[in-house]
Amino acid sequence: MITRKLFFRFPKSEIEKPIVYHLVKDYDLIINIFRARVTDNKEGYMVLDVTGEEESIERGVEFVRAFGVAIDPINKGVRWIEDRCTHCTNCIAHCPTNALHIDDRKTMRVTFTEELCVECLNCLSNCPYGACTSAF
Amino acid sequence: MKTYEEINRKIETGKAVVLTAEEIIDYVDRKGLDAAAKEVDVVTTATFGPMCSSGCFLNFGHSKPKMRISEAWLDDVPAYSGIAAVDVFLGATQLRYNDPANMNYPGRFEFGGAHVIEKLVAGETVQLFGLSYGTDDYPRREIRTWFTIDDLNQAIMVNPRNCYQNYNVAVNCSSRRIHTYLGILEPYMRNATYCSAGQLSPLLNDPLYETVGVGTAVWLAGARGHVYAEGTQHAPTCDRSPNGVPREGAGTLALTGDMKQMDPEFVRGVSLPGYGVSLSLGVGVPIPILNEQILKRTTVRDKDIVAPLIDYSHDYPEKTGRVLGQVSYAALKTGEITFDGRTVRVSAMSSYGKALAIAERLKDEIRRGDFLLAQPLAPLPRQQSMKGLKITEEPK
Repeated sequence: MITRKLFFRFPKSEIEKPIVYHLVKDYDLIINIFRARVTDNKEGYMVLDVTGEEESIERGVEFVRAFGVAIDPINKGVRWIEDRCTHCTNCIAHCPTNALHIDDRKTMRVTFTEELCVECLNCLSNCPYGACTSAF
Repeated sequence: MKTYEEINRKIETGKAVVLTAEEIIDYVDRKGLDAAAKEVDVVTTATFGPMCSSGCFLNFGHSKPKMRISEAWLDDVPAYSGIAAVDVFLGATQLRYNDPANMNYPGRFEFGGAHVIEKLVAGETVQLFGLSYGTDDYPRREIRTWFTIDDLNQAIMVNPRNCYQNYNVAVNCSSRRIHTYLGILEPYMRNATYCSAGQLSPLLNDPLYETVGVGTAVWLAGARGHVYAEGTQHAPTCDRSPNGVPREGAGTLALTGDMKQMDPEFVRGVSLPGYGVSLSLGVGVPIPILNEQILKRTTVRDKDIVAPLIDYSHDYPEKTGRVLGQVSYAALKTGEITFDGRTVRVSAMSSYGKALAIAERLKDEIRRGDFLLAQPLAPLPRQQSMKGLKITEEPK
């Protein structure tokens, strides 16, 4: 069993399909949705953890892709823009999962571990430099 | 004993021994104070964080026909124009025209004077909109144009208060979330925020202002700047530890420097939700090691510097004077403190990472002979308290 964090971007036509239901029933996957939204122009976004056998995840991903859903393995819901970060560390106390953290307290530099992020968006409203942004 | 002249001669010939305020701690431990004081010429200190009392004077040069600008906006941020025809002062915390501020609490304050300053230093284009009443010698009454910092005659940063010697640690003892200039504070003291580079911070390494004075050359966001006066609210008469280090705010510096020489990495607009706009600046201050005593003071460690823990939901706004306790920067930098039996998550508003980078850069510039020290023209006041503002019922 492995867990993979995925970012789905749904085209206008597919937001009403019960894709998550099929991932659970047909591909035996454990789904943990962090954040989902249908936008004003009827596109959809979802950030989720998918747990299961690697092969089942691959097949599930193919099933989702067949609906025209874009699965971006790099750009996730919450993004930390390192160039904008001043390493003030203000975000650290507001991040519930330590996705934003300090590896070395001698140099006090911030790093972001995307896999730990649960998309609570605390960092977005908190960061004084706009270093944390959201794709949706 | 060394003099400024001797140290500058060594800098000019590339022979100066320079260490950062972090490196000097172990160095003196290893070598002993006596030997280290003979060897080391300069210790570099630094800080990076929001410094609200900042701004800049800009001179646009004259349009044709000429205009005596009486109202000005830079990217829609009002700039003070109650000075000569084409001079303005842009304040760091000035909000953009029509910013809803806290009408929709907490306001986001995404753009203000500090962001215009950041854009200028980054070489980006900024819009000037100006109005005037028109005069015989300055007939133009309206102007809208775009410019970069290169088009200006002068862009001089003039900051009435930077580099607070020490600072409060903010917590929130109330039952609701509050928004402050030290960031978002969760209720029931769930988090705390501090704002100082601690053992790297300029005035914590020269706690009694033995070397830093009016005229001292400083590294201001990459430019060679100067201390032009004591900073506003400079209050050296305060509670101090036996090592002379203030246990509260205390001293401040007024700094100036040429924005055209600045590095955008160290000039950053700050948006503080629910509070407003501020400007984060990087400042480096070289401490000349004139004698053993001065060197000893630069070896101060985070564990020996304490800051007051203040409740920003009540005691700070109501000015009660109550201090909940003292906490060391060593403890703060672990990311967690224990107070009153509870664990409080700690983060900063200043950047130690950037302060370290500045101390290193200033060290390199001095070693290369690119940054000479300046002997102060006058010392900073060493005895002085801060007055409050009395509200009187009648004119005096």
